[in-house]
Amino acid sequence: MTTTPTDLGNAADVRTVLGDLSGVDQVGLEARAAALATRSIKKDAKRTAIDLAISMVDLTTLEGSDTPGKVRSLAAKALRPDPSDPTCPRVAAVCVYPDLVGTAREALGDAPVGVASVATAFPSGRAPLEVKVIDTEYAVAAGASEIDMVIDRGAFLAGDLQKVYEEIVAVRAACERPDGTHAHLKVILETGELATYDNVRKASWLAMLAGADFIKTSTGKVSPAATLPVTLLMLEAVRDYRDAFGRQVGVKPAGGIRTTKDAIKYLVTVNETAGIDWMTPTWFRFGASSLLNDLLMQRQKLKTGRYSGPDYVTID
Amino acid sequence: MSRLDVRKTYKLYIGGSFPRSESGHTYEVLDTEGRFLANAAKASRKDGRDAVGAARKAFGGWSARTPYNRGQILYRVAEMIEGRHDQFTSDVVSAEGLSTQQASKVVDAAVDRWVWYAGWADKLAQVTGNANQVAGPYFNLSSPEPTGVVVAVAPQDDSLLGLVSVLAPVIVSGNTAVVVTSYARPLPAVTLSEVLATSDVPGGVVNILTADAADVAPWLAGHLDVNGLDLTGVDDASLATDLEAEAAVNLKRVVRPSRPDWAAEPSLSRMTAFLETKTVWHPVGV
Repeated sequence: MTTTPTDLGNAADVRTVLGDLSGVDQVGLEARAAALATRSIKKDAKRTAIDLAISMVDLTTLEGSDTPGKVRSLAAKALRPDPSDPTCPRVAAVCVYPDLVGTAREALGDAPVGVASVATAFPSGRAPLEVKVIDTEYAVAAGASEIDMVIDRGAFLAGDLQKVYEEIVAVRAACERPDGTHAHLKVILETGELATYDNVRKASWLAMLAGADFIKTSTGKVSPAATLPVTLLMLEAVRDYRDAFGRQVGVKPAGGIRTTKDAIKYLVTVNETAGIDWMTPTWFRFGASSLLNDLLMQRQKLKTGRYSGPDYVTID
Repeated sequence: MSRLDVRKTYKLYIGGSFPRSESGHTYEVLDTEGRFLANAAKASRKDGRDAVGAARKAFGGWSARTPYNRGQILYRVAEMIEGRHDQFTSDVVSAEGLSTQQASKVVDAAVDRWVWYAGWADKLAQVTGNANQVAGPYFNLSSPEPTGVVVAVAPQDDSLLGLVSVLAPVIVSGNTAVVVTSYARPLPAVTLSEVLATSDVPGGVVNILTADAADVAPWLAGHLDVNGLDLTGVDDASLATDLEAEAAVNLKRVVRPSRPDWAAEPSLSRMTAFLETKTVWHPVGV
């Protein structure tokens, strides 16, 4: 297996690094996640957490029925999540299918909100590498600032790590722009299909070694999607990876995070596991759609002292 | 050997299940002589929030049922109250200090009241709706629609007949309800929640909170996802005024009667208070 040009020195190759990973203590991991989920975050801390969570949201629409109109309204919401409150922060990005990247970019204008595009035959990833590369190049050319790729879970489970690795490297190369910059590559592991925590750890390291800028839990199309233990495990992986190779990688849980309470549990876990360096939209994201409305309702509750309701946020 | 007392600690009724109060608080329920009856959960503002969430979730399904179906479900509830006649009677005896005979009459009246309201389910539209006169080739129809989630503070004294007279008119038209029971006399309401849980009324249509209205009502009155507020059981005039002011924030429909006589024949007013009128045009012959 070849090594990436960036992270690995001459000392080790990918197979050695993956072989040195220890197994995951399942009971310990789940107990740790459950313990972190009990923290009570109230008042000013909650206010800060809600604003941070809003600024970390990748506002997502990934349906077969997506229309340009829906993407434009999503973009409008990304720019002004709460039109009644100018102090409400913007979200990090909108996340759409490749053919709608142009529409999203146009609707967002020059605003500092990214356009993330899923690519590589999302959500299954069942397409030849050439198709995946073209899919990616199309999205980058259309103006995507971030690419969310899926790994080939079939190959991973069959033990063909070489194939998974080379696909990520190829897609990472397709993210390059002519001016020398590159669209940020998020690698979706689809942890709900990887069966074991050991596999999640291995896949995380494999993706990072292949050049991922972000590792992402799920497509949102498979249940279970993001869970707290899995995210905790991936946060440990990015922390250890930075210690080992000096490069910081972001984490994005996606799917199934619907309430402010959940989002705050994730933020606690980020802070306690990876550390304060990851507590920014640059290094941590939520892939979500309905989460944003709940965050906005909680924000209104803290501001006015009254419980808010779904009549006061958009219907998506 | 004499049998030990079974001392009960009742819980709330939210979304079709019986949770303890989020706060963990309970309080002692005493009879009119001051003797211990049972413990009841003391609902907090967060229980109120959960109850409103459950009521909102149930609203779509309940309001979409045909009025006939709602009527049938409510008739069945009346049958089940009748089936627990003895239990309700003993609840009323200990709560209100009546004789068994008087309490039995109260339960009879409560069943009759429930049946009376159930009968209105498929008749309200005929009485409160209208085919409006127009000077053109189209119909103009006004029809009543439920207003949404209604919070009702049940009467403090009349623990069963008053409760039924407040709750039934809210749900018969398709609204969903969050009821704050009498604080000192909550047991008939608890028994009613056990009836509702085993009836065909979907979970969340009726949510019952045993609570001090002064604790939870301000939060519910200000809750922006609540559409109607019935202040019948708020005896403190200044609290009621505060609640009305809070309810005005999102223009809730508010009912604030002065000491109603529950034994008297009811009118349509409690039902129409939580209805909205939708008027549509429709061309003739299409």
